[in-house]
Amino acid sequence: MNNRTFYNEILTEHNRYPAHKHSMELPDFSLEGVNPSCGDDIVLNLKVKDGIITDGSYEGSGCAISQASADMMLDLVIGKNVKEAQELADIFMRMIKETVTEEELERLEEASSLQDISHMPSRVKCAVLGWRTLSEMIDKNLP
Amino acid sequence: MTDIEVRKLFPLLNQDIAYLDSAATAQKPQCVMDAVSEFYTKYNANPMRGLYDLSLSATDSYEQARQKTADFVHAKQSCEIIFTRNATESLNLVASSFCEQYVTEGDEILVATSEHHSNFLPWKKYAQLQGAVVRYLDCTQEGLYTPEMLKNALTPKTKIFTIAQISNVFGRVNPIQEFAKICHDNGTMICVDGSQSVPHILVNVQELDVDFFAFSGHKLYAPMGIGALYGKKKLLEEMPPFLQGGEMIDYVSKEKTIFAELPQKFEAGTVSAGDAWGLKSAIEFVESIGFEEIERRELHLTEYAMKQMQEVPHVNIVGDKSPEHHHGILTFTIDDVHPHDIAAIFASENVCIRAGHHCAQPLHILLGIPSTVRASLAFYNTEEDIDRFISVLKKIRSQMGYE
Repeated sequence: MNNRTFYNEILTEHNRYPAHKHSMELPDFSLEGVNPSCGDDIVLNLKVKDGIITDGSYEGSGCAISQASADMMLDLVIGKNVKEAQELADIFMRMIKETVTEEELERLEEASSLQDISHMPSRVKCAVLGWRTLSEMIDKNLP
Repeated sequence: MTDIEVRKLFPLLNQDIAYLDSAATAQKPQCVMDAVSEFYTKYNANPMRGLYDLSLSATDSYEQARQKTADFVHAKQSCEIIFTRNATESLNLVASSFCEQYVTEGDEILVATSEHHSNFLPWKKYAQLQGAVVRYLDCTQEGLYTPEMLKNALTPKTKIFTIAQISNVFGRVNPIQEFAKICHDNGTMICVDGSQSVPHILVNVQELDVDFFAFSGHKLYAPMGIGALYGKKKLLEEMPPFLQGGEMIDYVSKEKTIFAELPQKFEAGTVSAGDAWGLKSAIEFVESIGFEEIERRELHLTEYAMKQMQEVPHVNIVGDKSPEHHHGILTFTIDDVHPHDIAAIFASENVCIRAGHHCAQPLHILLGIPSTVRASLAFYNTEEDIDRFISVLKKIRSQMGYE
């Protein structure tokens, strides 16, 4: 496996200059996601109004893959309704763990650049951390 | 020995790989793999059980392996060597049986903070069962423990002090002989984890005067699945068995059990005799190379690596600045880059190193670093392995988008 396939510019930019890595005042929902094997530990915050995700952020620490993936995820889901966000999380996790169609891949926009991580079993948990946390948050609070 | 002569002995290394994770497990020389096969080809029967010749030869080879192990660490008698699966099992055995016999409510157990979880969690568990407390001896940022620090931490209630001879993060040799004297003057026993020391330096348990000494075979070029515990005979005789079952008894009725003598008392169930035969071969292999040669090669490689690492900007080596205090263990961080990303980039270039907390989380908390990267050497490594490691090391930050 060559690095260039996963430590690409999209990933390193999101890791170095994350748009959504900051604290949030009075989020509607907050949930911690932990990946014990890597020690990745994030808290995902969302603001939701009338079923639409109006704002989101994450805090914490972890490897570049976990951080960049969470950042790309928020880029994608902010402005979308909760149901669609859940669908996207589902597509992302299937992309990493199984397979997805071309159309589904397109819906993930930049996050589709993480597809090659499916070949690296030890990093799968890093890549899905943010998405798993989002999915859990929606399941729990916004069914 | 030349690099080529050394590499020939390790079949797995004859491929496009720089294996720098020997502190996790060592590669195996052909002679060790042959020995395991020899046991199952020539001597296999259940040791200690049958009265037929084959079982006697299985018993005999198993006991030869014990004698070899005893000689290797300079134990007084072979019955002071208990075979286990690995150092973890050895340490669980001591913690359990020692605490049951000698530790009571209000007592203290002193654990060095740099310990591997396997020399910390068992003590915590069995101390709690006895109503005793575990206290910690912190080291400096460089991984140093001094006699003064130990003296100050011991109290009249300290029953045992447990520490590695060489920490798996720092690579520094602790002054065990001096620590043993301080402990004994205080009426405290000392247990030493030798997992990282037996592959690199000559160990003499009698000279060190330690009460217990644990190590794994697999870091010493032996197969996985065999380890040993040395214990002073008097203590092992007083301590109750760890596991119960076959072969560790003299007599069992519904009402009464008489346990076997040492060492069988601590070896319940069918033992890993083939792996013990492999361990014997590994020890003979190490002796044939000699610790003088092993230390010379390892120190040279450590110096060669550290000098270059110190010149790479943003690379921070954990522990002492001097190569003599590393024994081939090079733990480091790179500014702004997470250790798992570092390890993944090394992996993509077939350089095998380890990232994480190295089963020493309390130490990482003490040092204020969540996780680190570790490259660890054995005498079979070469300057080429180091060159390859350094060339990847130099480009990691740029690969992650830093200048």
